[in-house]
Amino acid sequence: MSKKIIYGMFDDEEILLKSAKDLVSKGIRIKDVFSPFPIHGIDPVIGVPRTRLAIMSFIYGATGLSLAWLMMGYMLIFDWPMDIGGKPSQHFYMNLPAFVPISFEMTVFCAAHGMALTYLIVNRLYPGQQPKNPDTRTTDDKFMVQINVGENKKSAEEIKSMLSSTGATEITEKEA
Amino acid sequence: MASHEAQIREPLILGDKDYHQVTEDIIQPIAGKANKWWWMAFTASFITMSWGVGCLAYTVGTGIGVWGLNKTVGWAWDITNFVWWIGIGHAGTLISAILLLFRQKWRMSINRSAEAMTIFAVICAALFPVFHMGRVWLAYWVLPLPNQFGSLWVNFNSPLLWDVFAISTYFTVSLVFWYLGLVPDFATVRDKFARMGKPLQQKIYNILSFGWSGNARAWHRFEELCLVLAGLSTPLVLSVHTIVSMDFATSVIPGWHTTIFPPYFVAGAIFSGFAMVLTLMLIARKTLNLEDYITRNHVESMNKIIILTGSIVGVAYLTELFISWYSGVEYEQYAFLNRASGPYWWAYWSMMTCNVITPQLFWIKKIRRSFVATFIISIFVNIGMWFERFVIIVTSLHRDYLPSSWTMFHPTFIDIGIFIGTIGIFFTLFLLFCRAFPVIAMAELKSILKTSGSKYKK
Repeated sequence: MSKKIIYGMFDDEEILLKSAKDLVSKGIRIKDVFSPFPIHGIDPVIGVPRTRLAIMSFIYGATGLSLAWLMMGYMLIFDWPMDIGGKPSQHFYMNLPAFVPISFEMTVFCAAHGMALTYLIVNRLYPGQQPKNPDTRTTDDKFMVQINVGENKKSAEEIKSMLSSTGATEITEKEA
Repeated sequence: MASHEAQIREPLILGDKDYHQVTEDIIQPIAGKANKWWWMAFTASFITMSWGVGCLAYTVGTGIGVWGLNKTVGWAWDITNFVWWIGIGHAGTLISAILLLFRQKWRMSINRSAEAMTIFAVICAALFPVFHMGRVWLAYWVLPLPNQFGSLWVNFNSPLLWDVFAISTYFTVSLVFWYLGLVPDFATVRDKFARMGKPLQQKIYNILSFGWSGNARAWHRFEELCLVLAGLSTPLVLSVHTIVSMDFATSVIPGWHTTIFPPYFVAGAIFSGFAMVLTLMLIARKTLNLEDYITRNHVESMNKIIILTGSIVGVAYLTELFISWYSGVEYEQYAFLNRASGPYWWAYWSMMTCNVITPQLFWIKKIRRSFVATFIISIFVNIGMWFERFVIIVTSLHRDYLPSSWTMFHPTFIDIGIFIGTIGIFFTLFLLFCRAFPVIAMAELKSILKTSGSKYKK
């Protein structure tokens, strides 16, 4: 199997999107797209599944709420009930109104930070990570598609000619 | 494919900009050398900051007695500053989160620096309650630590503890939201330095960018992350100032004991925050050559929010007055009469003039589209909102239930020094931010360039 990678560079995201649609309709599998900003509409074309980050965030939030209730219930109701200002802390439900702000903050805290950490992990982002964009201009004003020749039935030459006919300005080839 | 926008809308990005030009313009302050204005401003801020740090050190070394607080006025200058700074922070979150949910494109030119402002303002705010503790090395006692640590469990019924949770959540979430938004732009800076042949800078910005590559999957997750974080930050920012207001509203002090406080404080926070954003942006657009990105149109949009929130604040002031009379509670009535005509009348009327009257000038289109007028009014609002907190806190306390303990509050040299010092801290951090970080969200701005850039609108 060929391990060649072909990169097609575009000057405009709309041309790239059209070209990607064209290539995909002809059975080419596009491995990835690099761009300086999100290209709206590219995800279904190249088959990026919908992320489940939001669901994770909900789970983290629910965890945060549970932790908050466990913490406050244990500390103020179970372990050391205090009578402050003539308002004794005897039952969880009686103190619940006073627990609302911290419950809310803990929910948001866990939902936001849990989600942010998950995002960094699934994207493999951490200090010291080496960037994978093939050309430094893809964070400035260029847009690039990556096609792994081995994943396709067509030859490298055919793929290249399809790219250039759909508007790629620069096409480079690399051995993986 | 790009969504279309009515031609009648004014462009948000002026000049003949393409994607590359946006990168060049935003990176220019980072890659270039600082001009003499920056150095002058930085020196002044740094000296002020050092002054403030000196006053803080003196406070810790000698004790809280060096402040002007007394038995009657137990909260004054420090809590005024705390609420003022926290309020200023709120505009950043409003711009980055609430306006994102409302799909307001104009926020993209200002959200980055407004969020930076939020973070620096919260740092300044947090200093006051921490140092008011007196023994700052025991500040960790606010955390829910087991009783063996020396303190009892914290009191979860206390609004002051709610504040600890609210502000730490607010600070950390804002920081994460801001930083994760910066990551793709750090990658742009990194790659720019790579093309310029500067390996050291490239390395530094690569560490900052976490190795961001900008592939489709990463962008897809990035957008989801921003949307959900915005959704979380929106109720968060409203909760923070609500809880700050509860520090007062749950007490039984006349003038504090009112249910209007949460919405009134939140509106006031956004009002003062936008004033500070305007003050900073009007300076930044000139000194960093960002006139094409922060335009008259942006200023006008912000001024419209100032009118809205300023009017809410004005209505809240009048409601407070009406309710204090209507309640029939003589203590409440006296508290408000004393505010308006007592020894602190000058603070009350400065607040009224700056917060209720000046923002109404923005109804006139010429004024709200004028940079000079906006700058002057924004300063008025900053001052007015400081006086609002001073009036609420000091005038409610200085004449308590026992006339023999009535007194006045006089800030000391140290009180004033610490306040001025936090302004120094704020500006030092902001100036460093301007030189090292991309001050405008490049990636976001590029995504709207075709719909809102004047080059493409012709």
